[in-house]
Amino acid sequence: MAKTVVIERKPLSLSERTYLPQIATGLKTTFTNMFKNNVTLQYPEEKPVIPIDYRGVPTLVMDPNGREKCVSCQLCEFVCPPKAIRITPGSVPEGDSDRDHVEKAPEEFEINMLRCIYCGFCQEVCPEEAIYLQQDYSSSGYTRDEMVNNKAKLYELGGVLPDKHFKWDKKKEAEIEGNSH
Amino acid sequence: MIPDLDTWLLVTIKAVFALMMVGAVMTMAGYSVLAERKVSAWMQGRVGPNRTVLPFVGYIPVLGPFLKGLGIFQPLADGLKFLFKEEIVPGHVNKVYYYLAPIIALVPALTTMTVLPFGEFTTAAGETIPLMLADLEVGILFILAVSSLGVYGIVLAGWSSNSKYPFLGGIRSSAQMISYELAMGLSLLPIFLWVSKPGSDTAALSLVEIVTSQDQATWLFIVQPVSALIFLISLFAETNRLPFDMPESETDLVGGFHTEYGSFKFGIFFVAEYAHIVVGSAIFTIIFLGGWHFLPWMADPWPANWIGTILGIFWFLAKTVGLIFFFIWIRWTLPRFRYDQVMNLGWTKLLPLALINLIFYVLLVTWLDQAAIPS
Repeated sequence: MAKTVVIERKPLSLSERTYLPQIATGLKTTFTNMFKNNVTLQYPEEKPVIPIDYRGVPTLVMDPNGREKCVSCQLCEFVCPPKAIRITPGSVPEGDSDRDHVEKAPEEFEINMLRCIYCGFCQEVCPEEAIYLQQDYSSSGYTRDEMVNNKAKLYELGGVLPDKHFKWDKKKEAEIEGNSH
Repeated sequence: MIPDLDTWLLVTIKAVFALMMVGAVMTMAGYSVLAERKVSAWMQGRVGPNRTVLPFVGYIPVLGPFLKGLGIFQPLADGLKFLFKEEIVPGHVNKVYYYLAPIIALVPALTTMTVLPFGEFTTAAGETIPLMLADLEVGILFILAVSSLGVYGIVLAGWSSNSKYPFLGGIRSSAQMISYELAMGLSLLPIFLWVSKPGSDTAALSLVEIVTSQDQATWLFIVQPVSALIFLISLFAETNRLPFDMPESETDLVGGFHTEYGSFKFGIFFVAEYAHIVVGSAIFTIIFLGGWHFLPWMADPWPANWIGTILGIFWFLAKTVGLIFFFIWIRWTLPRFRYDQVMNLGWTKLLPLALINLIFYVLLVTWLDQAAIPS
């Protein structure tokens, strides 16, 4: 059992009971603080340093070939706690040689930023690494419609993710070599 | 009887002077608000207001951004904001007293300035004229009497608001007033004993005489430090500043007496509080810090003409501004006293201390006077 030590409190001396020396010390502290550097940022002009893995605005990313990675599996739509994501699944048009072997693509992909809670579940659940939370944290608009990011906007915000998976390229090569699943 | 032309001229000049004085004090009150925001920001490692700027000033190369950074135009924006806000009167208030309260709070703060001397002018004939609106023989008595009336505004606001937080604020305000007012008056008595000439029958209560007595002599806070301390503490209580802002105490009483007030009526309370601080600082400067005289035991380094007058006024203002800074400095250093601690401090510490101080100086001054009068 922990031993309790009772510390004897000394009675206050006369100068302490007037509080005046203590007040003077306090005044000195606040006065020296006046000449220290500011800790605040001039926000719109100065932006804070955003840490890596910051959970900002969710966006869709493209692979290094400039193709959309999302295959509209809708896992993010299901996992999204506030139901901010809405996906209209679609298929890749036939005869698009650039997108050979890409399985599927979303026809429309909407993230309602008024509902989004920046939890990052969508990024975590995505099997294709297609949805990423970016460092941008300040989204604003004048209407509710403006706050719904559609597919074009999401790709514009997301850009290209320079990963090294090349999933669709590998699939294409596999088929050419004749050992596709 | 129809007043002649000279009388009219005199009244006009007095009215113009009065307006100038009101303008000066109100401007200082406005800029005290800015100073409060800026100083608090600096003490807390922040920047403070630095966005407001008049369009044409912003285009001046170096000066514009500098003034903008200092927030020089912030009081203007703040004042206009109060003016243009929607005027909301809660349904449960007593309308008459509700409207009367801010006025009663402001009027004493502005009335006390009429007897404040702020400089002196030496005519070609060598006659010294103090610069003030009204040279009252009982100036300090007038100030004590009138400035204490300010508390009625607060009590009335608390009472007429008919809601719990303002009510508590009003009660605290009245309890606080009776606990420091006695000590405040008593702390000033030794000053008049000291200032009046040996052998004189009556003690002068004139502020000009107090200032004159500090010319090329010691300042009164050096000979009467206890009086100065008690008066300063009482001044903090009188102006409802931290650590004695019982009536307002926004952390436990929401906003205290002005919880139910908004827009311009709140603005009047706000301005009254700061006008009180400005006038209070000026009074402390006059009584304890030598008024417009240069330094203790030193003759004024400026000539006895209009240049000297202006320099004297600026020196007086500099001291006053320094004291306003002290008020702000204290506010951002000390936490608020508990309600009962204020009562305790006022009744069991300050009052006996003021009495002892008075008795000590009565004995001392009597002894000095007896020694000075040739028998």
